[in-house]
Amino acid sequence: MSPRTTRNGKGREEFVSYYGRPVIKAPSWSAQDIAGYFFLGGLAGAGSVLAAGAQLTGRDTTATALKMSSLAAVGLSAAALVHDLGRPSRFAHMLRVFKPTSPMSMGSWLLSAYGPAAGTAAFTAVTGRMPRTGAAATTAAGLLGTGLATYTAVLAADTAVPAWHGAHRELPYLFAASATAAAAGMALVAAPLRENAPARCASALAAVADFAASRAVERRLGSVAVTYREGKAGTLMRAARGLTAAGAAAALLLGHRSRPAAAGAGLALLAGSACTRFGVFAAGIASAEDPVHTIAPQREAARQRAEHTPDAERAAHTQDAGHAERSERSR
Amino acid sequence: MNNRFFSGPEPDPAGDAGHEDAPPRAGFFTDTSVCIGCKACEVACKEWNALPEDGLSLTGMSYDNTAGLGASTWRHVAFIEQAVPAGRTELPLVEPDPGPADGTGMRWLMSSDVCKHCTHAACLDVCPTGSLFRTEFGTVVVQEDICNGCGYCVPACPYGVIEQRPTDGRVFKCTMCYDRLGAGQEPACAKACPTESIQFGPLDELRERAALRVDQLHTAGVTEARLYGHDPDDGVGGDGAFFLLLDEPEVYGLPPDPVVTTRDLPAMWAHAGVAALSLAAGAALSFALPALTRRSGRT
Repeated sequence: MSPRTTRNGKGREEFVSYYGRPVIKAPSWSAQDIAGYFFLGGLAGAGSVLAAGAQLTGRDTTATALKMSSLAAVGLSAAALVHDLGRPSRFAHMLRVFKPTSPMSMGSWLLSAYGPAAGTAAFTAVTGRMPRTGAAATTAAGLLGTGLATYTAVLAADTAVPAWHGAHRELPYLFAASATAAAAGMALVAAPLRENAPARCASALAAVADFAASRAVERRLGSVAVTYREGKAGTLMRAARGLTAAGAAAALLLGHRSRPAAAGAGLALLAGSACTRFGVFAAGIASAEDPVHTIAPQREAARQRAEHTPDAERAAHTQDAGHAERSERSR
Repeated sequence: MNNRFFSGPEPDPAGDAGHEDAPPRAGFFTDTSVCIGCKACEVACKEWNALPEDGLSLTGMSYDNTAGLGASTWRHVAFIEQAVPAGRTELPLVEPDPGPADGTGMRWLMSSDVCKHCTHAACLDVCPTGSLFRTEFGTVVVQEDICNGCGYCVPACPYGVIEQRPTDGRVFKCTMCYDRLGAGQEPACAKACPTESIQFGPLDELRERAALRVDQLHTAGVTEARLYGHDPDDGVGGDGAFFLLLDEPEVYGLPPDPVVTTRDLPAMWAHAGVAALSLAAGAALSFALPALTRRSGRT
């Protein structure tokens, strides 16, 4: 081994880097604002979906409560997003262009359509005025809500951050499950016992989907999956699993009998969903800050490509052999 | 949308961006085999672009106290001190150096890093305001009157180039001296480089020149010389600023196999769509199941 090759502290694998400095730049986003937005956007979006269902099936108390929570969550989301800008006064520049290659542009348009729909749905539900407008707004918020709950996964995955981009196929499902868990949790907190059967059912489905998607993320990421298991992200992801499992189990077993048990289960599900989002965020930062997570998967990708095109790449790989040869002067 | 839109070879990025009668694509070829580590490029860049001071600390990383590219550092000279185990490579430019009798020795690697001005630029793709744009020279530039500091381009860049300036909030990076290019001048760094390690010109010409230089070095026995970022078939469609390196890219802090993240964006949107439908289906099931069990309970 040449001396420039260093073994990293944990003895995982040998790799070379420039003084251990990261290759890519981690996002400068604050966790509170952006991971918080992932959570709140999910709570709002999936909440609108459940609200539409509750309205359709005559569960009016639940529907109104979820419409209120969605409006509050989307309001806080917008505040967090503006707060995180380097130039908050220029937030309106987000709507200068309509740009499908930018998930943030799509998200801005989605939010500006969803926000008024959620607001109208909540306003009409509380005041009892304009029921037809309210029904239309509830439907629109429900439809847009499915997008709001899942597009944030694309927002994170469409970066060079290894723990996010590497799991770009699986993250939307994890975010959808986590959003459903949060909204079901909110419904359990707010709904009377006679109306909470769908929320209990949704919390169980969300918990199962959450575990399946988390495992799929880790399996896909290979060596980068360690960023979801260690450090701050590891703690958050473990807390998320525990809270989501406990919340779903309590909802399923006790949620129809005891109001306090249902509310406790709901709070656990909400906390679990928040931990998942902050955990995914922390894993992304950790993966961006350690150059091995950028270099090792790229080396592996290059190696696999080289196996498919052996002739073209062989020349590149013989260069190290030439390294040791003493060169002759050309003149 | 065809595949070329997101990744793969793209012969005319300026034309593709809507520029009519665009001049030939401008580029940098940084030949690190002749870099002497004088940092004139760093200084010239700071001076010409009036970039603020961004740290005067000592890093302990050889002669590199600049540390890396950032909002206020658009050229960065990397310094690597390598122990060369058996025999050392001598570039044909210098007088012969017998070296230590036991055949071991050290070698310097120096390389002036810069924004790659990718053919498929992730920073530009993800910018939600349209602040980042493709110039008529095929380069990628931030419009500072538009940028609102969302910071999305920062983690999108596969090379870790673009960055937010903490005191300002907006992002900044190399413009390839867009102002000088417009006046028919070469960028400040290339102008200041005393060894022509930084070469500026039409990208096609630079690629030809670089291929000749690699052949020349290989003939001279410098078998480890290789080009980086020159290939239009790579993960970013080739770089507007490419390099001749004397070791693996990661030794210089460069990613070995960078990919424009938006290559996978159609797949991401598809998965998000399916996930959104799954969410709706899960919710529908959650309302249907209690209704079904209640009905079956009654009968």
